[in-house]
Amino acid sequence: MTENGSRIASPADLSARREQLIAEDVGIRRILVCSTGCLAIGAREVEAAFREGVAAADLQGEVQVVATGCHGLCAMAPVVVIEPNDVVYGRNRIKYVPDVIEQTVKSGEIIRRFCFGRDPEMAHLGDIPFYAHQTKAVLRNVGRVDPQQIDDAIQRGVYEAAGQVLTSMEPDEVVEEIIASGLRGRGGGGFPAGLKWKICKESPGSTTYLICNADEGDPGAFMDRALLEGDPHSVLEGMIIAAYALEAAKGFIYVRAEYPIAVEHIRIAIEQAHERGLLGPDILGSNFSLDIEVREGAGAFVCGEETAMIASLEGERGMARPKPPYPALRGYLGQPTIINNVETFANVPVIIGQGGVKFAESGTEGSKGTKIFALAGQVNNTGLVEVPMGATIREIVFDVGGGLPKKREFKAVQMGGPSGGCVPASYLDLPIDYDSLREVGAIMGSGGMIVMDETTCIVDIARYFISFCAEESCGLCAPCRFGTVRLKEILDRICGGRGTIDDLNDLERLAEVVQKTSLCGLGQTAPNPVLSTLRHFRDEYLAHVADRTCPAGVCTALLPEKEVATAAKEG
Amino acid sequence: MSLWPAETQEMAKKLIGRYPDPKSAVMPLLYLAMRQDGYLTEAGMREVASWTGHTPAQVQSVATFYGMFKTERLGDYLVSVCTSISCMLLGGDEVLDAVEDETGVPHGETDAEGLFSVEHVECLGACGGAPAMQVNYELVEGSTPDQARSLCRWLREERPEAVNTDAMQEQFGGRRSFDWAITEDNSAVGPYPAFGPYGTLRRGDT
Ligand SMILES: Cc1cc2nc3c(=O)[nH]c(=O)nc-3n(C[C@H](O)[C@H](O)[C@H](O)COP(=O)(O)O)c2cc1C
Ligand code: FES
Repeated sequence: MTENGSRIASPADLSARREQLIAEDVGIRRILVCSTGCLAIGAREVEAAFREGVAAADLQGEVQVVATGCHGLCAMAPVVVIEPNDVVYGRNRIKYVPDVIEQTVKSGEIIRRFCFGRDPEMAHLGDIPFYAHQTKAVLRNVGRVDPQQIDDAIQRGVYEAAGQVLTSMEPDEVVEEIIASGLRGRGGGGFPAGLKWKICKESPGSTTYLICNADEGDPGAFMDRALLEGDPHSVLEGMIIAAYALEAAKGFIYVRAEYPIAVEHIRIAIEQAHERGLLGPDILGSNFSLDIEVREGAGAFVCGEETAMIASLEGERGMARPKPPYPALRGYLGQPTIINNVETFANVPVIIGQGGVKFAESGTEGSKGTKIFALAGQVNNTGLVEVPMGATIREIVFDVGGGLPKKREFKAVQMGGPSGGCVPASYLDLPIDYDSLREVGAIMGSGGMIVMDETTCIVDIARYFISFCAEESCGLCAPCRFGTVRLKEILDRICGGRGTIDDLNDLERLAEVVQKTSLCGLGQTAPNPVLSTLRHFRDEYLAHVADRTCPAGVCTALLPEKEVATAAKEG
Repeated sequence: MSLWPAETQEMAKKLIGRYPDPKSAVMPLLYLAMRQDGYLTEAGMREVASWTGHTPAQVQSVATFYGMFKTERLGDYLVSVCTSISCMLLGGDEVLDAVEDETGVPHGETDAEGLFSVEHVECLGACGGAPAMQVNYELVEGSTPDQARSLCRWLREERPEAVNTDAMQEQFGGRRSFDWAITEDNSAVGPYPAFGPYGTLRRGDT
């Protein structure tokens, strides 16, 4: 039997350890008290009352009271979830605690008056729309494990796919499995992951390097942060499998320095994986060895671009390099290098677990599996949403996201960050995948979805994104460096009430030049937010330049003076 | 001769050992140098160059490329307010105004006393809890302008030696991005992120 903290010598040993951990927890139920968003409304006191109640009822051996994060139901705060059936109650008060313990914890009865909407049909977490419409595959462990405890991960089956790969599959078989799955890169480009691995394996070189791109810089994106903070071991497992397939002996995780918690959690995970023999030499007795080093960025968005990331890792300024050669052929220190996104790696154990062909059954024709979206902006339930590829914008924003606050009108959703575009209400029923989004002038990007209501000025949004790109341009190539600044000047003029119809034509012409002539993806995609908004919201641009009004009431230079005064007062 | 104390030199050696080429370690060593002097001094950058094999000019050119490598002394508390898109839609600009007004420091500057530096930054990956801000890179989500003011007042009055997300979030934050509670037991001790291997964090007393 494997002792706590000791090396795990083989896949069989890993399974035994897992069984043992599961056995230790049999009979323990948990009461999860939301301790973040609900704090202001007395969650601490409610948590304490539950602890006392559990003690008074002599249930300590069976029931644990645990403080957890937000359940996404802040309107019902403070919220508790009672295992094993995930019964969820809202608006908990100290005085209700004895009833909950007596009736629900002890006897398993549902107390109708504490249910969501006082509706017993909503008694379980899975009944709540925010959860019911999601498919948690890649996020299956996030929020369920303590990310600082490798045993939690092992108990939930993390590293089993790696064990299977390392001891019963050939590297080429792993690549074939990923090709069969149809997995496309989740970092934005959507390039088929298996194909990239195959190209890399065929490239000449003495060493192959593996890099996990955790530089998540797109405004509006926080999927990778969630995976690194919430389930770091699954990311490591994906990297172990990839490294084995590619026969790489060194991996890097390049993570943005603005995420100190993610850095901390991934470092702890690596340390614990080393202690257990899941990283380092001879992993799970397979003879395969891998070291992974965490590398913090330092606040340069462009380093998320793969060639810039390599330059940065090599100790140069993080500037993009011309492609080809692609990193798979010549990357870090001139050697074949695979760069994949965090979420791409996190999909790998899922694929191995169910098989590539099975994985390819979910999703759409050209986009397989699930996608995690980061829902933000003017929407009721912000947070991470995992749905199968092909879900519609309406399902995400209204079914999962609960629609817009204050019953405001949906205007658009910005997808794909600074390389993406704004999708208007007319496409609410568009099934989302890599290809459909491209057709409407947006991109899947990394998965940010920023919801905007009628009080948002689309021209102002385009201006925001272009100034972001102008600031973040590494300055190496002229079209990106000067073109983005020129585009911004034109948009400044339009928002400032000094635009003309000619400006709209200039925007389009210049945008095309920047797209076609920039060196790297930053410049090539920087004009997208401008072009997509011009395409879908031309009337709003026209209102700015022809009628000298800002329909959303945002651009102060275009508001009648009276409104400026009230806007100032309200603001 | 190295300027650094033995312990820092040990760390530098370890960091370099993790890469196949010493030049690759320039960024970790810059973090180390920041911790040593509080910011990147000319001497600190020369020291880094002597370890990695860059020229001092090359190190300087790397350092100035990245926003988080600071070549000027900052205040004890670097307050970074997100004015990126999700935060912009939910009042990030108002939070920045409040911070600037309360501290008396316009963004991009440091006060004469060396207490506060204020900056506005791009998305912190905390859009689910927008508006978001950081103090010495420790995150606070869902603050109103009033809470942001109180946070600045607390920093001024208490002058905590170290700050961390948990404590600040509890007192001055609101809605957070994620479905789990993050148990943090470390704290940032200066205007640089709390990274253990570079000695830039303090294990919490909590
Ligand atoms: C300006 C720019 C920024 C990028 N930022 C990121 C990023 O933060 N994270 C990421 O995974 N990919 C980013 N990419 C895409 C990477 O260059 C690369 O395509 C990706 O990491 C490959 O991984 P994948 O195939 O798994 O998606 C960026 C690209 C560009 C042009
Ligand atoms: S936009 Fe502010 S945290 Fe993302």
